[in-house]
Amino acid sequence: MADLTLNTLYRFYEQLWRIRLLEGHVQRLAAAGEVPGFPHLSTGQEAVAVGGCANLSSGDYLFSGHRAHGHVIAKGSDPYAVFAEIIGREQGLCRGRGGSMHLVDASNGVMGATGVVAGNLSLAAGAAWAAQVRGDGRIAVVFFGDGATGAGVFHETLNMASLWNLPLLFVCENNGYAEFTSREEHSKVGKVSAFAAPYGISALTVDGNDVLTVHDAAHKAIGHIREQGGPWLLECMTFRMAGHYVGDAQRYRSKEELAAMKEKDPIARLHRHLVAKGAAESELDGIAARVKEEMTAVVDRARQSARPDPATVMDYVYSATLPGPEQA
Amino acid sequence: MESTFIDIVRRALDEEMARDSSVYLLGEDVAAGGAFGVTKGLVEKHGAARVRNTPISEAAITGVATGAAICGLRPVLEIMFIDFATLAMDCLVNQSAKYRYMSGGQLSVPMVVRTQAGAAGGAAAQHSQSLESWFIHVPGLVVVAPSTPVEAYGLLKSAIRLGDPVLFVEHKRLYAMKEALPESAGPLPIGRARVARSGTDVTLIAYSAMVRTALEAAENLAATGISAEVIDLRTLVPLDMATLVQSVSKTRRAVIAHEAVEVGGVGAEVAARLGNMAFYELDAPIMRVGCPFAPIPFAPELESVLLPGSRQIEVAVRALVR
Repeated sequence: MADLTLNTLYRFYEQLWRIRLLEGHVQRLAAAGEVPGFPHLSTGQEAVAVGGCANLSSGDYLFSGHRAHGHVIAKGSDPYAVFAEIIGREQGLCRGRGGSMHLVDASNGVMGATGVVAGNLSLAAGAAWAAQVRGDGRIAVVFFGDGATGAGVFHETLNMASLWNLPLLFVCENNGYAEFTSREEHSKVGKVSAFAAPYGISALTVDGNDVLTVHDAAHKAIGHIREQGGPWLLECMTFRMAGHYVGDAQRYRSKEELAAMKEKDPIARLHRHLVAKGAAESELDGIAARVKEEMTAVVDRARQSARPDPATVMDYVYSATLPGPEQA
Repeated sequence: MESTFIDIVRRALDEEMARDSSVYLLGEDVAAGGAFGVTKGLVEKHGAARVRNTPISEAAITGVATGAAICGLRPVLEIMFIDFATLAMDCLVNQSAKYRYMSGGQLSVPMVVRTQAGAAGGAAAQHSQSLESWFIHVPGLVVVAPSTPVEAYGLLKSAIRLGDPVLFVEHKRLYAMKEALPESAGPLPIGRARVARSGTDVTLIAYSAMVRTALEAAENLAATGISAEVIDLRTLVPLDMATLVQSVSKTRRAVIAHEAVEVGGVGAEVAARLGNMAFYELDAPIMRVGCPFAPIPFAPELESVLLPGSRQIEVAVRALVR
């Protein structure tokens, strides 16, 4: 296991809370009707985002799917701009044009989340190709769920990434569910990492609820990618403590299953680990309290921020060099 | 010296690659020249890194091109037949077309998807279609359909330099067409139609290979005393309505012709807009000429009876001009 300083672990703890609490506000405000559409929460899966992104620089390319809030925060994007986008405001990352499922923060390497399951994989391969031909040392990382393995483009992209030796890390968050259907019901292939070997891609399956394990696995994979090129696949076994979307009653899951999940909560696990390493409870409580205050302030500020001007609805459809949309 | 459509398109690609080091070609067999030889010789000149063969994975290669485009490359992707663009639809419709918009202007997709379409004798129902109207329905995509080699040269250059995703539809029946490329040839504006022949009695609106057919029809009509103006749309998105309205205001009659199925085709859109913008300039209903509502058949006798030709255009015109 990589030798991480206590300060780094504190930062992980802080980031886990940041995602958990920001998404808590999303859930609360969605229930109150303040969040347009149907946001998808990553509650319970935060360790994959934090452990994975800890190995990236802002220049590296990140792609995600419909459950992207955690990845974008973990990559270092401003929680205020993220939240403002989730509630559709002008100050949001995408000026309210994208929303929860389409977060982009290009200056921070967040090249796009997509609402189409598996739709991001090939784009990440394209970003990795751009990095490869430029030789600029960047890599691309794409987060996706186990449900994406049912799409043909998943297999097409594995093949191309291997064939072109692309600097690309596939991170599968295997939470055991494709939307409302359990993994057993949608695939006979037990481990997602098993798909990698036929394409000649190195893969690991790890406990995705332990941020340190995820960090170490991503560190190893990314180290290989940066040094030798070529793709890796990291399968992180995790649990979706929330439903598929906010408002999902989760009738397809048992109470026992949901209770067992709480035991494996990534925040509680890092907390136990830190205490065992000698961290003071008060220190940890202080971090959580500070992040809570910070997120409350972010959310309040975002809720006060301006809504997009309806007169700008046709902006950004085409480049300025084309005849206007009334001509299109 | 005259060159074929294929040679002239290759020349445009070659020149744009020499001009801009961020232009990359990818697609099935492109390093070997592609199914029609358009990219022949480019790998020798520009290197294997910039002219890349891909697996037969339309969904993934369209995503790879799109992902590379948002990260600063200018990919030119070849989809061998427009019929196979069906496999690339998710990416084109959900990702490529919407990236600029969904990101609030942070990212753009300067990508050209070159493909070829249309019937050319015996390619049958899955290699002969004209599916361009599907793409004009998607905000964010530019759709270009050149009618001659020289037009293709100028329009392709502009498409490659544009900051938007472009579907560039070449008609396989034009591939052998020869023209001399003028010294002065350069990029042509995207979104500007061209008056291919001036006339006063009726406006024939066409694009791609159908422009040549419309010019034949105009020639035949001239012999019977009807003066037809032929407009080459060049780009289907953006659609140059100003040029169309101007022409129709003069001729007071319009026939729109395309090889694609008439139902739900580009002609329907053009007719609706002309009806809105030039209703009081018209002396007669707007007519459409397109394929009947059937797949493209294999047997030559069936294919030729289905495809619209100059005769169908002339019949439509004679119904308007009495």
